Amino acid sequence: MDLASILQYLVTGLTVGATYGLTALGFTIIFNTTGIINFAQGEFVMLGGMMSVFFMRSLGLPEPAAIVLAVAGTTLVGALVERLAIRPVRDCPAINLVIITIGVSILIRGAAMLVWGKDTFALPPFSGSAPIPLLGAALMPQSLWVLAISLLILAGLKAFFSRSIHGKAMLACSYDPKAAALVGIGVERMVLLSFMISALVGAVGGAILAPITLTAFDVGVLLGLKGFAACILGGLGNPFGAAAGGLILGVLESLGAGLISSAYKDALAFVILLALLFVRPSGLFGQKDSKRV
Amino acid sequence: MKLARMVTALVFCLALLGCSKESDTLKIGAVLSVTGPASFLGEPEKNTLLMLQEQINAAGGVEGKKIEVVIYDDETDVNKCVMAVKKLIEQDKVAVVFGPSTSGNTLAVTKFFAPAKVPLISCAAAEKIVNPVDPWVFNTPSLDRHAAGRILADAQKKGYKKLAILTVSDGFGQAGRAVLQELVPARGFTLLADEVFGPKDTDMTAQLTKIKGLAPDAIICWGTNPGPAVVARNHAQLGLKIPLYMSHGVASKKFIELAGEAAEGLILPAGRLLASAQAPEGHPQKALLTRYVADYTKKFGAPPATFGGHTYDALMLVINAVKASKSVKPQDIRDNLEKVTAMPGAGGVFTMTPQNHNGLDESAFVMIMVEKGDWKVVD
Repeated sequence: MDLASILQYLVTGLTVGATYGLTALGFTIIFNTTGIINFAQGEFVMLGGMMSVFFMRSLGLPEPAAIVLAVAGTTLVGALVERLAIRPVRDCPAINLVIITIGVSILIRGAAMLVWGKDTFALPPFSGSAPIPLLGAALMPQSLWVLAISLLILAGLKAFFSRSIHGKAMLACSYDPKAAALVGIGVERMVLLSFMISALVGAVGGAILAPITLTAFDVGVLLGLKGFAACILGGLGNPFGAAAGGLILGVLESLGAGLISSAYKDALAFVILLALLFVRPSGLFGQKDSKRV
Repeated sequence: MKLARMVTALVFCLALLGCSKESDTLKIGAVLSVTGPASFLGEPEKNTLLMLQEQINAAGGVEGKKIEVVIYDDETDVNKCVMAVKKLIEQDKVAVVFGPSTSGNTLAVTKFFAPAKVPLISCAAAEKIVNPVDPWVFNTPSLDRHAAGRILADAQKKGYKKLAILTVSDGFGQAGRAVLQELVPARGFTLLADEVFGPKDTDMTAQLTKIKGLAPDAIICWGTNPGPAVVARNHAQLGLKIPLYMSHGVASKKFIELAGEAAEGLILPAGRLLASAQAPEGHPQKALLTRYVADYTKKFGAPPATFGGHTYDALMLVINAVKASKSVKPQDIRDNLEKVTAMPGAGGVFTMTPQNHNGLDESAFVMIMVEKGDWKVVD
């Protein structure tokens, strides 16, 4: 229970938590624009890592180029998902659309299994694997990359939503799609954009995490689930809450695995979520639901 | 008149059909996990079996009888496994069944063989398969107990006293954990830590940090890929200097590929197949291992994994039994399997008895170290 161990748990927790946060951001963006939960978000994360491995191995590209191409490829997949699976049935109730996204996630997972097999793959770390000693704990250089890139994306998205016209248009769609359409915002175009941005964010998360955690065709299931849990933890619909929820979930999971029990690490994440929701149903930073009477 | 002729013809055909089922061939059934999460086990097992069938039949078969192999893929699914086993026993009427590839599937089907009076030679390594001994159930992989014993013997040699174990929560890992929990104190060590991780877990730094705090002399990690590869990486990432042992579950090149540089210097027990070239000349297994590796590589483009040896040995045992009794009846095969003595196989040298249906001991393993991305026998 010494400081070095706690620090180590913190470092690991923050690293994994940053990826949960990025995944949660993906959920939030789509939820904000369309009101549906996209359960294929975990697969976008998986595709980011797997495509990077694929481009590095079969095309022999250097790692940065492979990752950029993988992120672009996943963004394209996100656009295709919206165009082919969501747009044709956009007038359906939200629950139908959610189930459709579950189907899409199974489809993407199955396709990945057929194309790349069931093996696990490793992606080389960006700047070597020599650990950096930090007050008795060991910090991986890749962890620094994960945290830095996550912060960058968070800042970028914040700037996008608050400064750019497209970002504001997307927020408008989330408040009231009819009103947004009335003032001339192409709601359909905003939905497409939201899927593409979510896919991009998810793919980046997958690619930067793959050097640490290895990647396979089915990593999307648990990552997506935990990202969703992080999203709920921080309050559904709040981007800052999503990021914070991810970090908190990662740290709590790591501390729980180290201090309580390593065998139940996965269960711990969901137990925390349940406990929090009993006390505060709208999540840590979510707004309480209010209805006009 | 016409009816009588048709009936006679029909009876004649049926008689012929009935005849051809009798003792013309040695019919062997196999239920293997060719696809699914355990495909890394089932695929080399299937390939080896088919390759040997071809070779043996080309050389005239066994006691003049050709070998007929019927392989079903259970997709690592226990329900499909049970169905396949039933089909082999009831419809295909095989003389002996090889497989299943996984311990879980094996334990689900062992109960069908005694009533059917057909022997089963499993390719899975769980202790429960052959302990307590079921007269109709055998297995060819070396037991977890032997691997653990070898690791502990090496630790004893190096003077380690305090050990930590880190196991996967699946069947293989927990079977190893049970064996280690029994053997570690029994051989005079202290078990400082007993940590577990999930088969799909991607980060074991929490468990390793906890272990680091307790300062053991060595860590034993027990599981199959990819978990232990992540453990090896985390071990390097945390800068741990504590010696790390792996189990025979990672005795494949995939482990070195996944763990990368972190695999250097790790020690694990493995069958001699993995580094057959380094076996001493005159060792009973050397000639057949060299030939097996060469043939398999020529036919399938890559050397065989250790697991392919399980069906190799199963087939060799059956052939041995058939030659002894000159019969392909299931009862005779079973009886003579128990009498096999000092038969060299891919996994080790087999000596079966009515009380020992595995036939191997610790000498089936060698200790191997990962050096420059390849295997090097150190003991």
